[in-house]
Amino acid sequence: MMSTQRATKNSQVRTRISQGSNSFQTSLSSWEVKQKSSGSKLNSSMEDSKHPDDQPEDDLQRAVKYFEKGPMKTLRSKDKILEKHLKTVENVAWKNGLTPEAIDILLNVALSGKFGNAVNMRMLKYMIPATLISEDSVVKAVSWLCVGKCSGNTKVLFYRWLVAMFDFIDHKKQIGLLYGFFFASLQDDALCPYVCHLLYLLTKKENVKPFRVRKLLDLQTKIGMQPHLQALLSLYKFFAPTLISVSLPARRKIYFKKSENPWASALHAVRLRNQGPFPEPLKLALGPVNVRFLRRKCNSHSIIPVVNSGSYAKEGGEKKMNLSDCLGGSSSLPLEQLQSFPQLLQNIHCLELPSQMGSVLNNSILLHYVNCVRDESILLRFYYWLSQTLQEEYIWYKMKNCEEGKEFINFLDTVIRAECFLQEGFYSCEAFLYKSLPLWDGFSCRSQFLQLVAWIPFSSFSEVKPLLFDHLAPLFFTSTIYFKCSVLQSLKEMLQNWLLQLSVDTYMQPMTSSPLETTLGGSMNSVSNLIDYVGWMSTIAMRLESNSTFLLHFILDFYEKVCDIYVNYNLPLVVLLPPVIFHSALLSLDASILNQLCYIMHRYHNNLAAAKKKELLQKAKSEFNFSSKTCKEFNHYLTVMVGCLWTSKPFEKGDYFDPQVLEKTGMAEYKHSLNLVHHPSLLSYAASFLLQESPEERTISMSSIRGKKWNCYLDYLFSEGFQGLKLFRTSSIRCSSVSQS
Amino acid sequence: MDTYDSAGLTPRQRASSGLKDYFVGVTPLQKRLESVRRQNSFFPTPSRRKILQCSQLQEDVDPHKVAFLLHKQWTIYSLTPLYKFSYTNLKEYSRLLSAFIAAEKQKGLAVEVGEDFNIKVIFSTLLGVKGTQRDPEAFLIQILSKSQSSHEHREDKVLWTGWFCCVSGDSLLETVSEDFTCLPLFLANGAESNTALIGTWFQKTFDCYFSPLAISAFNLSWMAAMWTACKMDGYLATTEFFWSVPCSPQSLDISYAIHPEDAKALWDSVHKTPGEVTQEEVDLFMDCLCSHFHRHFKIHLSATRLVRVSTSVASAHTDGKIKVTSSSN
Repeated sequence: MMSTQRATKNSQVRTRISQGSNSFQTSLSSWEVKQKSSGSKLNSSMEDSKHPDDQPEDDLQRAVKYFEKGPMKTLRSKDKILEKHLKTVENVAWKNGLTPEAIDILLNVALSGKFGNAVNMRMLKYMIPATLISEDSVVKAVSWLCVGKCSGNTKVLFYRWLVAMFDFIDHKKQIGLLYGFFFASLQDDALCPYVCHLLYLLTKKENVKPFRVRKLLDLQTKIGMQPHLQALLSLYKFFAPTLISVSLPARRKIYFKKSENPWASALHAVRLRNQGPFPEPLKLALGPVNVRFLRRKCNSHSIIPVVNSGSYAKEGGEKKMNLSDCLGGSSSLPLEQLQSFPQLLQNIHCLELPSQMGSVLNNSILLHYVNCVRDESILLRFYYWLSQTLQEEYIWYKMKNCEEGKEFINFLDTVIRAECFLQEGFYSCEAFLYKSLPLWDGFSCRSQFLQLVAWIPFSSFSEVKPLLFDHLAPLFFTSTIYFKCSVLQSLKEMLQNWLLQLSVDTYMQPMTSSPLETTLGGSMNSVSNLIDYVGWMSTIAMRLESNSTFLLHFILDFYEKVCDIYVNYNLPLVVLLPPVIFHSALLSLDASILNQLCYIMHRYHNNLAAAKKKELLQKAKSEFNFSSKTCKEFNHYLTVMVGCLWTSKPFEKGDYFDPQVLEKTGMAEYKHSLNLVHHPSLLSYAASFLLQESPEERTISMSSIRGKKWNCYLDYLFSEGFQGLKLFRTSSIRCSSVSQS
Repeated sequence: MDTYDSAGLTPRQRASSGLKDYFVGVTPLQKRLESVRRQNSFFPTPSRRKILQCSQLQEDVDPHKVAFLLHKQWTIYSLTPLYKFSYTNLKEYSRLLSAFIAAEKQKGLAVEVGEDFNIKVIFSTLLGVKGTQRDPEAFLIQILSKSQSSHEHREDKVLWTGWFCCVSGDSLLETVSEDFTCLPLFLANGAESNTALIGTWFQKTFDCYFSPLAISAFNLSWMAAMWTACKMDGYLATTEFFWSVPCSPQSLDISYAIHPEDAKALWDSVHKTPGEVTQEEVDLFMDCLCSHFHRHFKIHLSATRLVRVSTSVASAHTDGKIKVTSSSN
């Protein structure tokens, strides 16, 4: 009865251990906490080692603690306790393996020489990982080898252990850095075979150096053709065929014997354990197309491949490595070592390109390189990869729900970051958008899609319209105001990107071709069409959203870009804002809108003035006459604005309203009602101005703001942040005309 | 010296790239990308297709190898152009790939290139499997397991087969430069884990990208029509269609089998223009089949999804599995 209970308990514990170790979360600190909590029990069981409730887990902890502290010399029953603890650890190790933390401690103990040689050897023999071994433990252990505290036999066993456990070490970067140290250990005859094996596992192309080859060949003449040495040599020869002229037997089946490995059976168990707990998730047969995805298996970690230099294709294709390259040590720089921009500049002539071009996405230094390199095959490789990846991941995203979708969204974010970094849109993304926009619900990955839209490279509007706008517009009109605002925002960015691209193009080659349009005129036509289209969209959106101020802000933001094209980008284009937008802004109830409109009008004024001036200067040459219609229209807008805000003669010259209609509304002084004092958006400013002037006044009269007070009022407005208004006044209103009626 | 300059082309300057001395050479790439853009813009679904004359296939094809491709179920993938792939290096690739597979299988144990493993990888070209003269040669990869016993004569067992081909890829070839080999179709037969391994190796080595290719219902009906039209000499299998009704928890499949000669008769009555097949004909063909079914079972097949088509010539499933049984076509 008792024994069965205990057995079940043991098995429970065991499962707990294995669960803990599988999730890699058993940290030493949590161990210690547990130990403290069960401290009293621990003490009691220390006294009576045959306690029935003895738990292997506790035992293990105690044993590890014991080893960590080192042998206590005063203890009489030292050997007995040591033996007991060794047994405990041994049992756990063979059954379930040891956690990385335990291995770290025990390895340290074994190589530090705290105990006798036999104990060290025994400990090494049961150093079996539950799952993985941390790289740091190995590095620490190797450092003990230099101190000379462990015997030759222990060293040999350690190297054998290292070779056997090589696959279970979590990282190998640090160990790779110790290559030189391991190589130096070759001189030790006893170690030589095992060090050879380790080097065989570690050697990378960049480790193969002429001096090492010389050393190996020396060693070979000294000890003869040993299989282990031969293995290493043949590997070196594979990496650098030009450096090794010794003929090696073409075929050799076994370089390193596997059989004499004391950990073989345990390793098999570990392998099974590592593979076990990841069963394939069940896949539902529902859904549109149940396609198994190759990528899921090929690179399960991330969509973007890891930067990896030196493709097989290169090695296979041009097998002859330049001898001088090898000897000079100035051979191409592996990308893994590229860390900083100066380093890139120094090595730009001899970079090994990544074997998978997609990996540049995650590496800003490489993006720099890709951006400036002339080799079009690099761009094509990137283009092919990105196109396919986007397409396939999107299908995958659509099939799965949000959990998996995160990955795709992150991927898109990375792509967008790269585009922003390079200040350039990718063609793959453009193609992807054109393919997926017709099916887009306007909801999934919204912010990413709209950002991608902003990065669509310049092309003729007539081409872009059917692919982009014909699909975007219906979504725009039928979606919420927030969607409308974000679309306008990204169209603003798109316009900006186009303008930048065009301005750089024309700067480089004035008046000749940009890649896509034959003439600058054509390009300007496209831009102007884009602006007109956005104007049309905004006009309708304003009606749909009943003149929302919020929306109007975004529209005016767009026109803030538009009004400055001539001056900011040096491109011969001035497109005015549509009347609906103009009037909505002018009559808005929001003071900041009015201010923004004033600013835009001011910028239009400057742009048109600059364009006129240039036209006068090079009258003969100028190709791009600004149509007098634009000027006329602008003047009209200007008159209306001044009429409303300043002179209180609204809408006199236009034929917008029949004055009689306005009179019929019963407003006696309608003429004044839109000036800077009475304008609905400014009324509160006027009131607080008057209150500031004479705080004790009970009733305030708006119409008292005239003459000198008008100017004070204006200064008050400017001080309240109406900079647009200020600029508008300086550019458009001659001081003489300011006199109030 | 500089190909771009000598061609008299002006470099395109990238907007605010900062490094103004370097730039993308304009036009070869630009043109290619432009044409890609154009391809994307107008969905290439031709309303009529010519019936291919299989002259190329007949000429220099190795009947043994073709037989090898028949009667196997292939999972198809689309593939981006292979970078720096060379037909002269096939031997080398065999060596590297087998080492790669061995290394992956034993996970980390040292593996020497050229060492003996109990698997063997063979790359070989498939002469004549192409649509036009310009198409690059197809090639075949086989993974054989070596028999452990020392008998030399024993046949190695084929574990996995895959082949890459390009049939009438003129429009694709336009966009590909000489560094690339365009073999957009990859067909695999064998354990999926092997496909994944080989896919990984190809992606790493030739910087390409595999993606599974689904066959849409639209294309399946095209296949059905064209295969029905084929003349068969020997064995006739029933023409069979599978429609899937999407409902939970288990989807309902409707199988619709007809005698191949009836199908052929129907097609002949529908098919008017010799030498090519039009979209209208295909639609009509499928409509006739569906209305016939409706007359008997009162089920509108048009409301469901066509997932599989199988005829005497070949069969295809919507999730990209395909099987060809007749060699003459």
